[in-house]
Amino acid sequence: MKPVFMTYTKKDIINLAICMVLSVLIIPTFIKTEYWYTSILIPWLCLALATIGQQIVMGYTGQLALGAAGFMAAGAFAMFNLILRVPDLGFVGSLIMSGLIAAAFGILFGLPSLKVRGIYLMVATLASQFFIIWMIDKFGWFKNYDSSGIITAQDIVILGKPFTTPLAMYFVCLAVTTVLTLLAMNMARGSTGRNWMAVRDMDIAAESMGVSLLRTKVQAFAISAFYCGVAGALFAFCYLKSLEPVAFDIKLSFKILFMCILGGLGTINGAFIGAAFILLFPVLLNAIGNNVFHGAIDATIISSIEQVIFGGLMIIFMIYEPLGMAKLWENIKQKWKTKFPSINLKNLKSSLSKKS
Amino acid sequence: MVEELLFFMEVLVGGLLAGTMYSLVALGFVLIFKASATFNFSQGAMVFFSVLAFCGFMQDFNIPFVLAFILAALLMVVVGLCTERFVLRPLMNASEDTVLMATIGLGYVLEGLAQAAWGVEVRRLDLGIGDFPVPWIADNLKLFISALDITAGVVAAIMIIGLFLLFKYTKIGLGLRAVADDAGAASSIGIPLKHIMLLVWSAAGVVALVAGCMWGARAGVQFALVDLALKALPVLIIGGFSSIPGAIIGGLIIGAVEKVLEVYIGPFFGGAIEGWAPYVLAIFFLLYRPEGLFGEKIIRRV
Amino acid sequence: MAQERKFKIGKPILEVNNISLSFGGVKAITDTSFNVLEHEVRAIIGPNGAGKSSMLNCINGIYKPQQGTVSFRGQQIPNITPNIMAQMGLSRTFQNLALFKRMSVLDNILVGRKLHTKTNFLEVALQLPKVKKEEKLNRERSEEIISFLEIEDIKDTPVGKLPYGLQKKVELGRALATDSTIILLDEPMAGMNVEEKRDMCRFILKVNDELGTTMVLIEHDMGVVMDISDRVVVLDYGKVIGDGTPDEVRSNQKVIDAYLGVEH
Ligand SMILES: Nc1ncnc2c1ncn2[C@@H]1O[C@H](COP(=O)(O)OP(=O)(O)O)[C@@H](O)[C@H]1O
Ligand SMILES: [Mg+2]
Repeated sequence: MKPVFMTYTKKDIINLAICMVLSVLIIPTFIKTEYWYTSILIPWLCLALATIGQQIVMGYTGQLALGAAGFMAAGAFAMFNLILRVPDLGFVGSLIMSGLIAAAFGILFGLPSLKVRGIYLMVATLASQFFIIWMIDKFGWFKNYDSSGIITAQDIVILGKPFTTPLAMYFVCLAVTTVLTLLAMNMARGSTGRNWMAVRDMDIAAESMGVSLLRTKVQAFAISAFYCGVAGALFAFCYLKSLEPVAFDIKLSFKILFMCILGGLGTINGAFIGAAFILLFPVLLNAIGNNVFHGAIDATIISSIEQVIFGGLMIIFMIYEPLGMAKLWENIKQKWKTKFPSINLKNLKSSLSKKS
Repeated sequence: MVEELLFFMEVLVGGLLAGTMYSLVALGFVLIFKASATFNFSQGAMVFFSVLAFCGFMQDFNIPFVLAFILAALLMVVVGLCTERFVLRPLMNASEDTVLMATIGLGYVLEGLAQAAWGVEVRRLDLGIGDFPVPWIADNLKLFISALDITAGVVAAIMIIGLFLLFKYTKIGLGLRAVADDAGAASSIGIPLKHIMLLVWSAAGVVALVAGCMWGARAGVQFALVDLALKALPVLIIGGFSSIPGAIIGGLIIGAVEKVLEVYIGPFFGGAIEGWAPYVLAIFFLLYRPEGLFGEKIIRRV
Repeated sequence: MAQERKFKIGKPILEVNNISLSFGGVKAITDTSFNVLEHEVRAIIGPNGAGKSSMLNCINGIYKPQQGTVSFRGQQIPNITPNIMAQMGLSRTFQNLALFKRMSVLDNILVGRKLHTKTNFLEVALQLPKVKKEEKLNRERSEEIISFLEIEDIKDTPVGKLPYGLQKKVELGRALATDSTIILLDEPMAGMNVEEKRDMCRFILKVNDELGTTMVLIEHDMGVVMDISDRVVVLDYGKVIGDGTPDEVRSNQKVIDAYLGVEH
């Protein structure tokens, strides 16, 4: 694993700059089809954000939680109600409030983590998943007494300007995700992240160093749920454009768990890699089904195959690389560097200057 | 007053009997946990996989009932074999959490395979046992209790007694207990670890098939079975992961409590509280008795 | 150890009174009392299973004894937890290595600086100037400890990948990073060769000498114990069978019978 840097290195800043240029300049210039925004980029950003939440509690703090979708639902419906009932709050204010409301649920359902771990904790967090969805479903107030079951999400308006085109919504998601990712990286690399990881790796020793298990775990659950809550609100408002509890069922929680684990536990970039993989792979599989087999394979069969592959990959990663795709990527880069040291820009420069 | 009491009895007995179905799923869990200290998250998927195969054999290939059941059981043995060889053995030295995640992956594989092979439609499974009140009991005891529930209760009892005898009085059972106590020591004195694991996974597979038949006959053979089987987890937390009686009693408690709550409290909240009530009950157990009813308290060594 | 010491051995800083601890039926410690004086090096010895580790675990609040009390600076601590003891200035290492395996050596030691970190997660997330300042100070102190222990070359390695002896060193480093007034060391030299042991002794004595840190250590190597400790307490079957200077303990017949006798 990479050593943890506190201050940003040159490499970090270059990486960030590349990402920003790519996502703000290049993608909008070259990608014109709405499909890419509405069906891939927007859900990717939202789910990556939720996966960061899952990473914080599971990858960094080592608490096996399985209720991300429940917190997403809490965030989404909080957003709906805040915009409906407290219009003065504005979009950003509502988004932050939604995250905080989800965080409150996170604290409540994170409390069992003080007593139990592993699968025991997983079962306790399942309670949050089922309870939150049920609560939203059964109390009409949350849905503003809408009986149709699906509510249309309000339009996004920031400082009086509507953000309703796919591109505009993409930028909203991008901005929120970028800010929250940077904050998450700061925490993960700083003393906060060290406390999380200490609790993950050896809780008794952490406690003996003065790290409070209560505070650290509850904090991780709260921050995790905050990220999930914000992600859920974006997911509902920018991607689904509607609100229905079933969109946040246990299957979505599993999906986020897979993104987190396959992407690489305990990494922030793994959240983005994992989310991209889980989202894009079915697209690829469908394309193969349509173009190679010309639709001869039933769509349900394709989705079953997809499930087999995800499950199989999970097993394979657990056996060969429990740290996931992010670690795989790291290894490839490492191999590349040792194989072709001259490709490394710095070496290239220094070797050039030596020659001259 | 008498009628209210009768109604309560009816709810309670119905809940207890339905609880035995949870017990059946939990039983498979306990078997594997006892032998290999592995939390097999895929037990629910095994339930779905086995019963869907069973239905498939009968309905798509017109194989007679008994033969189809045997084939499905054999299929589960193969699944057990593959799991032992390709998932558990390579993860011998991995952490508990890693193995748990691998079994989550295994669950996905099984669910996907089942649906790819047999389709996604809901299938009806007719065991020749109706899911309606038994007239004799309704007439004489004034209790309306489903024949299917009673069957599930009887089947669960038979399986438990069978497993109990297997554990207690056979060489295999002895080996199994030795392995559960200390796998390393057991294999060093020549107990064939591999065979035992295989046997346990097969037994868990057959238990899953039986559980699947019971659930399938009631709710139809469909994907939702996986979610139903998830409720075996709170059952295990209440009973303790390593105790067969615990699985049974945990199942009964969950069955009874969720039914009673649903009938008496559910209406005030628009129903469907059985979806989360078992999990919340499990949380209370975790807070007050984390080791479960039958587990033993362990102080971590440092 | 009669040379000039910068920090003179003083009053009792830690007192263990009538501790009894059992696990189910197994009695690990029976009615044990002893004390530790300020600035001294105190050794706990005894055969395997004598209850030495359990004793440290009771002092530090990981195990809850059924009976008895622990006093720190003359004050009885009512509800001992590892966290409370850390805040009172007591740090420790563990017999079976309790490092943060996936974190680097530097990060492990930085966790030891936890109690010198006052900024909260929001401030850390926003990277406020005071966070940077505090982090810089903590890093400087950690680097100091790293160079004191002569482990600069491995500071970025994940500790899980290090050999046993080095891991023991890192664990000492983490305990030192807390700047505690008293450090409990559970078999800090187990599994080390003579050279490594000598190094370890040097570190322990130097810290005790220069910072005045009180040291309580469990050790099996009698040579080492006799060399570096001011006083020794001997446990056997959970009971104190000897307590005094190394010389007193060495000539104590009970100790010879129970402990040294076993070895010869
Ligand atoms: N967490 C525990 N659970 C059960 N028994 C324990 C535990 N910790 C220690 N013991 C028992 O307490 C006794 C003392 O152990 P310990 O303190 O580790 O001895 P020492 O460190 O002197 O070798 C031993 O019999 C040991 O088996
Ligand atoms: Mg010991």
